[in-house]
Amino acid sequence: MKPASGRERRDRMLSIALPIIVLALSVALWEVVVRVGNIPPYVLPAPSLILQTFITDGALLTQSLLVTLITTLEGFLLATIGGVGLAVLFNQSRLVEYSLYPFAVILQVTPIVAIAPLLLIYLPQPVAVLACAWIVAFFPVLANTTLGLNSVDRNLADLFALYGASRGQVLWNLKLPSALPYILGGLRIAGGLSLIGAVVAEIAAGSAGAGSGLAYRIAESGYRLNIPRMFAALLLLSVAGIVIFYLLALVNYLALRRWHESALDGER
Amino acid sequence: MAKSTASHSSPLVALRGVGKTFPSGTQALAGLDLEVRNGEFLSLLGPSGCGKSTALRIVAGLSEPTQGSIEWPAAAAESENRLGFVFQEPTLMPWANVFNNVLLPLKLKRAAAANAAERAAAALDRVGLQKFARAYPRELSGGMRMRVSIARALVTEPALLLMDEPFAALDEITRFKLNNDLLQLWQALRTTVVFVTHSVFESVYLSSRIVVMAARPGRVFAEVAIDAPYPRDQDFRTSAEYAALCRRTSEALGQAMAAGGEQ
Repeated sequence: MKPASGRERRDRMLSIALPIIVLALSVALWEVVVRVGNIPPYVLPAPSLILQTFITDGALLTQSLLVTLITTLEGFLLATIGGVGLAVLFNQSRLVEYSLYPFAVILQVTPIVAIAPLLLIYLPQPVAVLACAWIVAFFPVLANTTLGLNSVDRNLADLFALYGASRGQVLWNLKLPSALPYILGGLRIAGGLSLIGAVVAEIAAGSAGAGSGLAYRIAESGYRLNIPRMFAALLLLSVAGIVIFYLLALVNYLALRRWHESALDGER
Repeated sequence: MAKSTASHSSPLVALRGVGKTFPSGTQALAGLDLEVRNGEFLSLLGPSGCGKSTALRIVAGLSEPTQGSIEWPAAAAESENRLGFVFQEPTLMPWANVFNNVLLPLKLKRAAAANAAERAAAALDRVGLQKFARAYPRELSGGMRMRVSIARALVTEPALLLMDEPFAALDEITRFKLNNDLLQLWQALRTTVVFVTHSVFESVYLSSRIVVMAARPGRVFAEVAIDAPYPRDQDFRTSAEYAALCRRTSEALGQAMAAGGEQ
């Protein structure tokens, strides 16, 4: 590694410092506006009040956060298994692909908000929430993996044919490694989407009176005009989304840094 | 590996009246007769579009002829280690390190693991890259990547090494170096090489025989025997004999291009 030049270092510092400064200024302005304008908390709570809500409602919110995160994680894992598994199956058999692909598209293009109430009728509530997270998240994994499996270097495919490689060997030693950057790209999208799927289903279920996830807390707090708690829950959801995004980016980097263009440093 | 004791003139593989018409209707080859003799260094020389790469792919079994036949008279036909192939690009797996790239053919053929590791190491040694076994392809220069590709093709100790313009994308200094290394490997391993190129100078320097091909449709146009003794080195590259052979080959290529309807 060559030492970063002064200009590069300053750029990096600015890229971290500037958003923090903007955030701090906005929060301060928000606080001032609420205090000076004497705005009641059920219209717009001050940031300090939201912070206080974290402390007073901490146990409740943490518990709800855990429920939502577990649903998200389960949906994400199922989407990974289902997306990659279906893509491999499609890749191995044209007939299966022709038979099932249109239905995967239908699941993808139908808005999840519209599907959730139906699922809640037919499935037990935790299963329905999980199903929503899965439906939203699996398609990007499926589509990206399919693209990756079909993006094999043709010369490398010839080389495998030359040495009489079996279907299994081609899949395991050529197609899946070639597809890995695409699969990881799909997972980065799926991570955020499974959180969205879980939230949508919880909100739909919330009106049915069950559930205790963060989204349910938001809906419930809304009915009770507990606006500070709505903000606190919303903030937790955002933080959860950000953490998921960066965790998956880290996995992506660790898996590809030795060989893929997308993970290389600028220098060579 | 059992070395063939057959004389240099017995064919290792023969194409008889081979034609190839692609589904698009393009006729790549017509009536191609070509004998590859045991132990020779044969170059297929021709303008682009003359079907030399197609002929090579047919020999490799990567493409089926639409007319004619391909014959393997010798026992090599049954041999597991019949072929090695070097593509225009190094064609390495970017996700695998150099060692695992070289190991691949043995792995696909399910060779015993301990033995395979030894052979892959030996193949890397042959091209002088033993120190780079743990490096990834992107960390190597173009010339080094091509060496890895050659090591991979040689790891099964093939009777026939097929090379499709392997050095076309390299700079001249690297290409000269790899030309010399390739000749040394060829002499040390006594393998047979079929080398596709569009460079007159490269083909004369390397080959014991050059087959000049013409286009539209691809066919054998002329044959030039390069009788200069091996080993060949920098002295040969600057000799009058080399210049004369290049002139003869260039003339044959010029006529082939005229016959193929090119300016």
